[in-house]
Amino acid sequence: MKATVDTLIELAARHFKVDAAKLRAEDDLFEALGANSFEAVELISELEDHFEIELPDYELQGVKTFAALAAKIDKRR
Amino acid sequence: MIDLKIDDSGVAELVLGREPCNEIGTAMVEALEGVLRDLDVDRVHTLILRSSVRGGFSAGADLRELHQGLVARPKEEHQPGLRAFLDRIHAVMDGFDTLPVTTIGVIHGVCFGGGFELALTCDMLIAEKSARFCFPELRLGIIPGFGGIPRLRRDVGEAVIRDLLLSGRSLGAKRAHALGLCAQVVGKGEGIEAARALAAQSGKFDGTARRAAKAFIKRLPREELEREKELFVELALRPPLLAALTKFVESTDLRPYLP
Repeated sequence: MKATVDTLIELAARHFKVDAAKLRAEDDLFEALGANSFEAVELISELEDHFEIELPDYELQGVKTFAALAAKIDKRR
Repeated sequence: MIDLKIDDSGVAELVLGREPCNEIGTAMVEALEGVLRDLDVDRVHTLILRSSVRGGFSAGADLRELHQGLVARPKEEHQPGLRAFLDRIHAVMDGFDTLPVTTIGVIHGVCFGGGFELALTCDMLIAEKSARFCFPELRLGIIPGFGGIPRLRRDVGEAVIRDLLLSGRSLGAKRAHALGLCAQVVGKGEGIEAARALAAQSGKFDGTARRAAKAFIKRLPREELEREKELFVELALRPPLLAALTKFVESTDLRPYLP
């Protein structure tokens, strides 16, 4: 089974139209994706739909890397 | 900022197009007042309200304008100034809420604060999958002030409202649909076609019966709306709002809408 962080990177790369091969688990996801706040809000919805979870915004405070976000997703699955 | 088109079948489309995300300040209120004044309700059976802005439906109140209004005016003018603006925006929201036509909101992306409150004036909401609904006002030391809570109480249970209000978290389209807030959830970019199909269906019904049905089932919670205005002003006059607005205005963060 694919690790959550790999799926997350794939989804985010597709959403923001960047090359997934250039993204690493420890990258700052906002910098790596060039995401503004509106796009980030959209990504939360996409992640909730894909992983069939809810991601309360306040739990994402301080989450900077793909790895950290993947850990939050795993806790909700 | 706002574009209103009416087709021959009686469907009006009101498109909000103020960058960055349809912030609601004096200019938007004036534009919405103009729509309410000019809309020919004898010619229109359905109004579709949507946004042409990439980021979403609306990010809510124009916080920069609110900040400017507070810092530029002497303190003794804050209370009457806030109250006058609230009365004006409530008249607009109540006007849309009670229009004698069917109203459909098409929501994508951010639907926060005052934008959520505007959406809640619609009879039915169609949410694209990207839509997120949020009342972030407590982060500013205030409550929603454009009639959002009393209007939301008509649609969903109080536990949902407490969750939204007291956590400040956002809800996605699927959850909003499951809660009964949205009539339909559709894919990205599909909202307008779904709304046009719904408008065409609504247009088949007898106009008198349609208007009577809406007036019967959808009433203004006047007492609560009035109490909300009073509470909003009471909270807004305290220091936390100005401090939060100053922080927002002075922030160089490109992602001010994140928690």
